[in-house]
Amino acid sequence: MNVETILFFILAAAALGGAVNLIAQTHPIHSALSLIVVMVALAGIYLLLGAELLAAVQIIVYAGAIMVLFVFIIMLLNAGVEERTAISRAATWVGLPFGVILTVVLGWRIAFSQAPAHTGPGVDMVRASRELSQMLFTSYVFPFELTSILILVAILGAVVLAKRDF
Amino acid sequence: MSDFLSANAGILIALIKVVVVVLVLLTAVAYITWFERKVVAHMQSRWGPERVGPHGLLQPLADGAKFLFKEDPTPAGIDRFVYFLAPFLALSLSLSTIAVIPLGPGQIEIFGRRTWLSVAELNISLLVVFAITALSVYGVALAGWASNSKYPLLGGLRSSAQMLSYELSLTMSVVGIVLLTNTFSLRDIVDDQRGGLLHWFVFPQIVGFACFFISALAETNRVPFDLPEAETELVAGFHTEYASFKFAMFFMAEYAAMVTVSFMVAVLFFGGYFSPFPDTSEFHWTFYLPTAGAVISGVLLLIHGLRYYTAFGRVVLPVIGAALVGLGIVCALPGVIGFVQGPFWLIAKVATVLFVYVWTRGTLPRFRYDQLMGFGWKFLLPLSLANVLITSLIVALRPAQ
Repeated sequence: MNVETILFFILAAAALGGAVNLIAQTHPIHSALSLIVVMVALAGIYLLLGAELLAAVQIIVYAGAIMVLFVFIIMLLNAGVEERTAISRAATWVGLPFGVILTVVLGWRIAFSQAPAHTGPGVDMVRASRELSQMLFTSYVFPFELTSILILVAILGAVVLAKRDF
Repeated sequence: MSDFLSANAGILIALIKVVVVVLVLLTAVAYITWFERKVVAHMQSRWGPERVGPHGLLQPLADGAKFLFKEDPTPAGIDRFVYFLAPFLALSLSLSTIAVIPLGPGQIEIFGRRTWLSVAELNISLLVVFAITALSVYGVALAGWASNSKYPLLGGLRSSAQMLSYELSLTMSVVGIVLLTNTFSLRDIVDDQRGGLLHWFVFPQIVGFACFFISALAETNRVPFDLPEAETELVAGFHTEYASFKFAMFFMAEYAAMVTVSFMVAVLFFGGYFSPFPDTSEFHWTFYLPTAGAVISGVLLLIHGLRYYTAFGRVVLPVIGAALVGLGIVCALPGVIGFVQGPFWLIAKVATVLFVYVWTRGTLPRFRYDQLMGFGWKFLLPLSLANVLITSLIVALRPAQ
């Protein structure tokens, strides 16, 4: 077992543990912290795969910006411990079976996958980020701009809500 | 033993580098507090620390011992896990940034392996610095929240908002340099500034430099942007409820962040480890500048120390002076002289930036909170965006090399 495999298992355990903890915790701040653990662990896995730019963006954007906003809002609203309610009927009859089916299908696909496992660095980072940017601004320029407009609309909505007199 | 050494040389070298850099950084942090108190004191016509050791040189040691042995009360009603996590996060994040900063040109040889003069040599080191900076807001925000107290909460909220806002212009102000150099590697950025003063990026990127320095002041919560710990309004801001060594951890984190930012300024805008003189034979005498600086300051310290008013100082100061003279002579030896140039110039630049930091603290009053936000969003961010636009226009119109 080489260092990369060991690192992968540590990171995967951190990501899974964080994800379970996110649901299990009752306090929003603890849940948010667990989500940050998941994101940082994912960034580590991207690094192992040689996707350095993606790893950096993952930490800067998700862990560093979006989750800071989450924590900020939770602090600002002074949200307390969540109340446990009985699980809803729809969740029992629809959610649980579909969850089980999804897990089985995904596990089956992964276990019997013929695609070779892709590991290890070896990608020229500068070229990779240049190609990524070129693709974003040529082939995928329409979805890219559409996403920007979507985010802009969301910001405008937030501003309108904040300015409204209650 | 030698088999083990050769098999694990990479890990061993990395460990040695980590230990050396962390020890040097922590000592530097301790003495920067002394430096800051001294400089600010002299700017305000005071003496500063003077009693513990000659010129208060042992004051950091005394402060460290005090932090270790102080009573450490834990406030009631806190969130224990987060309360203890926050200082740890703050310190470990601000100590780890230094790992990617190139400390000297070329490679050195340890255990028969060539290795770069930096803890970690990555080709996305600039992005790593920003990723760690982006995470460092958690230490402050969580400390404020977990303390279960009004002043820390307000301080934590203010600082999260401030750090988020200024992070934007901090990142944007560097985009100009990335456009000019086509790389995210700090070492490549430094190597592009080879050839003396006129090649430094501070000249083509003067606007970017101004934005970077101001945002960095805000990002490290320094005067005039030290709103999170505005003592007249918020007692001590986010770390009000922390005492003893946990407080010391926040304190060290702040100063370590200051050192890192000074390194970043030197590396990005002032040519990093390159000398300000051109790399030609008529400037060969500049290789003796480290020696000259050490010998002159050593002799001055020796003369001054012999007439110091305490017996302890009359012993310690001349010894330090003599050590400086010795160091200067070692720096002039043929095998060493080429090697010391890089670290010498880098440290000289970092020390200058640190002095400007302290100078700013001694000069400027604190911003009001709304002024701070307005300045960040309405002035600094548009300015750095304009810098990006103009730089990319120039890069696009410039004839291809």
